[in-house]
Amino acid sequence: MEEANIMPQTALEVCRNEKCRGKGLSMGRKIYDRGLRGLVWLCAGLTCTLLVFLIGYIFYRGLPNLSLEFLTTQESLLKGTMGILPAIQNTLYVVGVTLVIALPLGVGAAVYLTEYASNRRLVTTIEFATETLSGIPSILYALVGYLAFSKTLGLGYSLLAASLTLAMMNLPTIIRTTQESLKTVPQGYREGALGLGSGKWHMIRTIVLPGSIDGIVTGCILSVGRIVGESAVLLYVGGMDGTMNNFFASLDKFAHSSGATLTVQLYVFAKERAMMDPAFAVAVVLLVLTFLINLAAKVVGKRLRQR
Amino acid sequence: MEELILSARGLNLYYGENHALKDISIDIPERRITALIGPSGCGKSTFLRTINRMNDLIPNVKITGSLTYRGQEIYAPEQDVTDLRKRIGMVFQKPNPFPMSIYDNVAYGPRTHGTRNKVKLDEIVEESLRGAAIWDEVKDRLKKSALGLSGGQQQRLCIARALAVKPDVLLMDEATSALDPISTAKIEDLAAELKNDYTIIMVTHNMQQAARISDNTAFFLLGELVEFGETEQMFSMPQDKRTEDYITGRFG
Ligand SMILES: Nc1ncnc2c1ncn2[C@@H]1O[C@H](COP(=O)(O)OP(=O)(O)OP(=O)(O)O)[C@@H](O)[C@H]1O
Ligand SMILES: [Mg+2]
Repeated sequence: MEEANIMPQTALEVCRNEKCRGKGLSMGRKIYDRGLRGLVWLCAGLTCTLLVFLIGYIFYRGLPNLSLEFLTTQESLLKGTMGILPAIQNTLYVVGVTLVIALPLGVGAAVYLTEYASNRRLVTTIEFATETLSGIPSILYALVGYLAFSKTLGLGYSLLAASLTLAMMNLPTIIRTTQESLKTVPQGYREGALGLGSGKWHMIRTIVLPGSIDGIVTGCILSVGRIVGESAVLLYVGGMDGTMNNFFASLDKFAHSSGATLTVQLYVFAKERAMMDPAFAVAVVLLVLTFLINLAAKVVGKRLRQR
Repeated sequence: MEELILSARGLNLYYGENHALKDISIDIPERRITALIGPSGCGKSTFLRTINRMNDLIPNVKITGSLTYRGQEIYAPEQDVTDLRKRIGMVFQKPNPFPMSIYDNVAYGPRTHGTRNKVKLDEIVEESLRGAAIWDEVKDRLKKSALGLSGGQQQRLCIARALAVKPDVLLMDEATSALDPISTAKIEDLAAELKNDYTIIMVTHNMQQAARISDNTAFFLLGELVEFGETEQMFSMPQDKRTEDYITGRFG
């Protein structure tokens, strides 16, 4: 009985207190609000300035050294040329070989995990593992890749060993993004196809994969970005050679050519040879390339989603 | 005497511990519309999905007893599931056209089963769309995405898609529950027409619908088949007290 009486009173008191504090609070809140907004603005401003300065500085230092000759020749004392064509070629090779290995494996694994595997426990464990693996530093992959491919498989310092390592490194990301987009395909589509007497693989090939192609392509392009931007693995496993490779001359060449990609070339110029001008020119190339890759990921993803 | 097409004897189904179908015995005649009615959760969908083995997709399902289709054990180890599903088509509660053109939706089944000939496909597509009473509405936009159709049109497209593989039995799980009265009426008329060539088993929550179009009705309650018989008989003189209570709206 007494308790029942107390209740409304306290409620009223709280209400009154709220009211009389209202004015002071709104004053304080205004200042607090302004201060906070200012702080956020400051942070945003600083970040932007830093970014603009960074990009601006790279272009300022790099652009004057960039020329068609720089992009289309290799370094040669005889001809007096100074170019990064080998690095561009090596980068393309690494991106190509890595994707050719990682894409089928990753998409296949994702399809197995989401469409076939029936042991939920196992799937959750593997999903957790891939998530963790996609976050660990690349130098760890480099270490494992070096031991596995360069030493054990005898590939030495070579772009093939580097590509294999990078494939390993990109697998978790490709599996994750593919899985995510497979999961967005409505269950009704699967049941509809199976209900018409379609076999499971036929259903996956004709309904599920086309329905998730946007996610797969986006994941793939982001992987390309990661490969282009990677340096630790390539330095460790791929070698630093700056001359043209003829990968397709023989199987031996294909497997054992070593060489520098763009990021490694940048490192060589800047750190080993203290040639800052060409280093900045390479930086401009990398910056533009990264921008284009991200743009492609956005545009292609959007295009495919609209279809 | 009518031909029997499906019969169950002592059929039980368990979702893990949950005993969802209890000792079902039923004989479903050919070229008739059989309605499955009963309150939510009584196992109507489960029974329907047992017929074309859609429950195979769900882990931890256990099935005992006998269920035969034209004398063939549906759950026999040697049963070809894709062939079974080709003969026993299904229309789902929620219209689920594939995200492709209207034409490709209807052609999906025939293509899956090996028809590649363009002329033949054109023929099947037109015939199926006509069969589902939607040809006139879509004949000028066959190449357009099926997702642009209204809900009622999508459902009739799904029926056309099921007809395109020339099934023997058509299972419909509350196929009209998401539709407006006009689309519903169209699909009911369609069902009445289709029963000349197909055996139709439909789940419905709508008593009037069951009374209107079905020949036989099965009443399920808590996983049991309480009563099964001619619709007219069942709606005028139910044998079981529980059936009477349900169809007069006293519970459920
Ligand atoms: N995938 C599943 N896993 C576990 N239990 C399920 C599953 N599907 C259905 N059940 C259970 O089986 C019982 C019957 O479900 P079912 O979907 O067949 O009912 P229903 O008669 O179709 O109901 P509604 O009219 O609501 O569609 C319910 O108790 C339900 O909880
Ligand atoms: Mg149901």
